Amino acid sequence: MSLQMSDPSSAPVLDLAHVDKHFGDLHVLRDINLRVAAREVVVVVGPSGSGKSTLCRTINGLETIDSGTITIDGVLLPVEGRPLARVRADVGMVFQSFNLFSHLSVLDNVVLAPTMVRRERKAAARERAMALLDRVGLADKADRRPAQLSGGQQQRVAIARALAMQPTVMLFDEPTSALDPEMINEVLDVMTNLARDGMTMVVVTHEMGFARRAADRVVFMDQGRIVEESAPDTFFTDARSERARAFLASVMTH
Amino acid sequence: MDALTQHGDLIAEALGTTLLIAVLSTVGALVIGVLVTVARISPVPVLRGAAFCYVQYFLNVPLLALLLLAVFALPDAGLVMPLTTTVVVVLGLYEGAYVAEAVRSGVNTVAPGEVEAARALGMGFSQVMRKIVVPQALRAVVQPLGNVLIALLMNTALAATVGVVELTSAANRINNVLAQPIAVYASVGVVYMAMALGLGLMASRVEKRVAILR
Repeated sequence: MSLQMSDPSSAPVLDLAHVDKHFGDLHVLRDINLRVAAREVVVVVGPSGSGKSTLCRTINGLETIDSGTITIDGVLLPVEGRPLARVRADVGMVFQSFNLFSHLSVLDNVVLAPTMVRRERKAAARERAMALLDRVGLADKADRRPAQLSGGQQQRVAIARALAMQPTVMLFDEPTSALDPEMINEVLDVMTNLARDGMTMVVVTHEMGFARRAADRVVFMDQGRIVEESAPDTFFTDARSERARAFLASVMTH
Repeated sequence: MDALTQHGDLIAEALGTTLLIAVLSTVGALVIGVLVTVARISPVPVLRGAAFCYVQYFLNVPLLALLLLAVFALPDAGLVMPLTTTVVVVLGLYEGAYVAEAVRSGVNTVAPGEVEAARALGMGFSQVMRKIVVPQALRAVVQPLGNVLIALLMNTALAATVGVVELTSAANRINNVLAQPIAVYASVGVVYMAMALGLGLMASRVEKRVAILR
């Protein structure tokens, strides 16, 4: 695991303190406290509706919060405007539904943000984009349109697109939930390699195998609360809370 | 056709004027239409309101009334422009509202998730508009835009009413001399039809070229 490589004395890359959020009457996040150290991989699991996706989306301001603070790399997450955009540039995000830009080629999907946001030279950005596409095994698809790729391939391009910004932390919001079963592993393999390379990651997922294999820490959420936080081995074999045990029993039976 | 070939010079010059008005106001209408659409979906309430009022005004006032207003009222208010320029400006503003309506329906085809992904990459509002929303919206509405531009071309004929010598006005003049209304107006009609057909074909071609695979 990459845990031993993290420096415990350094400030956390990600620090959520007393975060609360409502959707109307629904209290989706209740007093969330979460710290993620550099090079740490945190996997967030829980039943649907537990608030784990919302949690992931608040971290780069795609969802606003009602109270509490979110600090990324020592910077308080700005509410809107250019300061928020600057923070987002350093936070990679991978969505359940890929969200590739459908009018652009695979290569242009990866090149766009570095050239627009980072003002990188086109040639340099292309070179790096090709290297990233190679890393996710899709260099030969650079000229294709997103619609010409399978779901798993699209999601791997989406990961390359996020990595092209050289983010300090990567967020994955149920990255394999929209995929056919035979395509899940190709995406998880890319993510596992990323974790092994020391990327700081927050992963919302239902893939318990991935959590076991790649997580430094598993966070279990239920009804908007973080109910339990532990190392994967502990969580899967010896969950403390009744709710976590019930959840594990329901997902492990099939 | 014989009626027209006798006055070939006048027809050619008038056709040139028609095309000049059409091309310049097309450029204007496209630029205005896109800017107004962006203003309508911007996070700034004042811009949204202004854009809404703009579109409502120009959709709901007849073009002829606008032309008469610009040609007779503006000089009274101290703003004197050459006639052709006035027509180009009015036509561009007027058709800009229709372009905006067409482009707005294209904006609705852009997947919200793609906008979210662009924002998550750190792109600002104008970058998201320029690189994601507008390119996709325009690709989705090539055919309706083509129809707006055909309407614009037909509407250049109204310039005749305020004294610009374009194709329709030239036909009037020739008919005043020749008194052969059927031949004269039918021939000019064929010219308009040919231009509209050309525009329609172009729109179909462009639509196929830029279509987004989904």
